[in-house]
Amino acid sequence: MSGARDWWLMAALLCVGIVAPFLFPALVAQFAFLWLMVVFALSWDVMGGQMGYNSFGNILFFGIGCYTTAVVQRDFGFDYFAGLGAGLGLSGLIGVGAALLIGRAILGLRGHYFAIGTLGLGIAAAEIAGGWHYIGAGAGMVTPVFPGGVDTRNLFFYGLLFALAGSCFIFLRALYQCRFGMAINAIRDNEDKAEAMGLHTLRYKITAWCVAAFFLALAGGLAGNMIGFIDPRDVAFAGATYGVWMVLMAVLGGKGTLWGPVLGAAIFHLVQELFWTYLLGWQRVALGGLIVLIVVFYPQGIMGWLRERRAGHAVRDGEAQA
Amino acid sequence: MSAPILSVENVSKRFGGVVANDAVSLAVPEGAIIGLIGPNGSGKSTLFGSIVGFHPVDGGSVRFRGEEITRYRVPKIARMGLVRTFQQTHIYGQMSCLANMLISIPQRQERFLASFRRPKGEEIERAESLLASVGLWEKRQLAAGELSFGQQKLLEFAMALMCEPRLLLLDEPTAGINPTLINGLVAQLRRANAELGITLLVIEHNMRVIMNLADHLYCMAHGRILAEGDAEAIRADQRVIDAYLGAQ
Ligand SMILES: Nc1ncnc2c1ncn2[C@@H]1O[C@H](COP(=O)(O)OP(=O)(O)OP(=O)(O)O)[C@@H](O)[C@H]1O
Ligand SMILES: [Mg+2]
Repeated sequence: MSGARDWWLMAALLCVGIVAPFLFPALVAQFAFLWLMVVFALSWDVMGGQMGYNSFGNILFFGIGCYTTAVVQRDFGFDYFAGLGAGLGLSGLIGVGAALLIGRAILGLRGHYFAIGTLGLGIAAAEIAGGWHYIGAGAGMVTPVFPGGVDTRNLFFYGLLFALAGSCFIFLRALYQCRFGMAINAIRDNEDKAEAMGLHTLRYKITAWCVAAFFLALAGGLAGNMIGFIDPRDVAFAGATYGVWMVLMAVLGGKGTLWGPVLGAAIFHLVQELFWTYLLGWQRVALGGLIVLIVVFYPQGIMGWLRERRAGHAVRDGEAQA
Repeated sequence: MSAPILSVENVSKRFGGVVANDAVSLAVPEGAIIGLIGPNGSGKSTLFGSIVGFHPVDGGSVRFRGEEITRYRVPKIARMGLVRTFQQTHIYGQMSCLANMLISIPQRQERFLASFRRPKGEEIERAESLLASVGLWEKRQLAAGELSFGQQKLLEFAMALMCEPRLLLLDEPTAGINPTLINGLVAQLRRANAELGITLLVIEHNMRVIMNLADHLYCMAHGRILAEGDAEAIRADQRVIDAYLGAQ
């Protein structure tokens, strides 16, 4: 299929990812956020795009990662790097555990009901975190100081987030080529049929959510440390920003496609940075306007639009030959 | 003929005030082709739903290969080898026809870890040959949603065969199929029955087809079994004639 093209694109991205921080040293932190956005969009798309289950609660797993990593770093008495490593490991585990438990409870819901059910997750989590003193309650948590200068620190987290985005992409690409990918597509296209053919639908749905949760929890652990401060509402369980963005980026690039979320995240992040620079004070309004435009003009996202164009060309070429 | 692979006893199903199945009983012998006819709205599709666990029944019992399955849910029953197709086509619209076939392999012994492998060569071969047998091989890379209604019916039938069920419930397999293709489809049904050993229970409005195909027929009206017998007996049965005339 498009295997060769995929590998070229991946190789090109790898080069860009390695070279970019050295070409634009002033922008390393922004680039690190870009990779974070890529993880957001990719992991959201597992459920939202490939399986047709729109989740508005995935931010929960990100927040779990933020806090778990920070708590391990604070309480386990490891040095900085060991603490970060152990924190990330535990974050992944707890994220997956949470997805398993919550998935069992609400993945029996279909379509809109599931989407609405997930709406409460991030809000409830922010509420709990904001009142829980063990994790700083409303005052949030400060992550440990990085043993090194600011530039090294930025570069360090850039590298880790880049690696996370890259491995997330490669993992999902492999997953979508397996029977697993077909099964979640089948659930998206016609869940009644998938059940009628004997597929273990609930098992696939829960697994898909666990995959998303795993990558989001790791992203949370890294992002919390990179930002340096974990606020329950504005960082960890930031449903109104990160939580909404992950959906938008996937939709903008093309739901249910491999490259769509990557493309969507890149464009969204770039546009957002530009808004912040040139439309200060109006950036939220411009962002809101952009969101409306995306949904109205690119309901299928950029990848969907490209595919339609290509299909149109194929038809026209066919007519020309006939 | 041998012991029944499926026996339905006194199954009732109500939707609000509508009694769609009223104490329905029937038996499907292993290896047979059984027809299910009846006027529109007589409860045939509902009976399929009751059998495969699509909705909870209000009473009665369904046994498949001796096992009580009345309370089982759809996927579990399907994995036991009892699969139904839908009257309105149910296919995976955005997936290619080939992918529709590949995801339809039997789930009976499918281990969880097996879902993390790619489709095997032999599965692809089998999928392609089944697609070819319903005339859809050329369309194998096309999204199934782009097929016409009749083609989707054929694809759904091919998917059902891919699944290697023991008992296949077909809801109007020839509806929307070009009359010139119907004979071919009937031949396929026979072949699936004879060569693959799939027992068939078929809802069909096309009398010529079902009288020809089925060893034994049940006729439903107003949610009840009105009559049963072979084609001759059903054709001659005054109650059946009245039911159809009354419905028109
Ligand atoms: N989900 C449902 N909710 C409410 N009523 C239903 C439902 N499904 C079926 N019915 C009613 O049950 C009755 C039987 O419907 P069913 O679809 O089983 O008939 P059928 O014999 O398959 O008809 P046809 O030959 O037209 O397909 C009808 O009166 C129908 O309106
Ligand atoms: Mg019907």
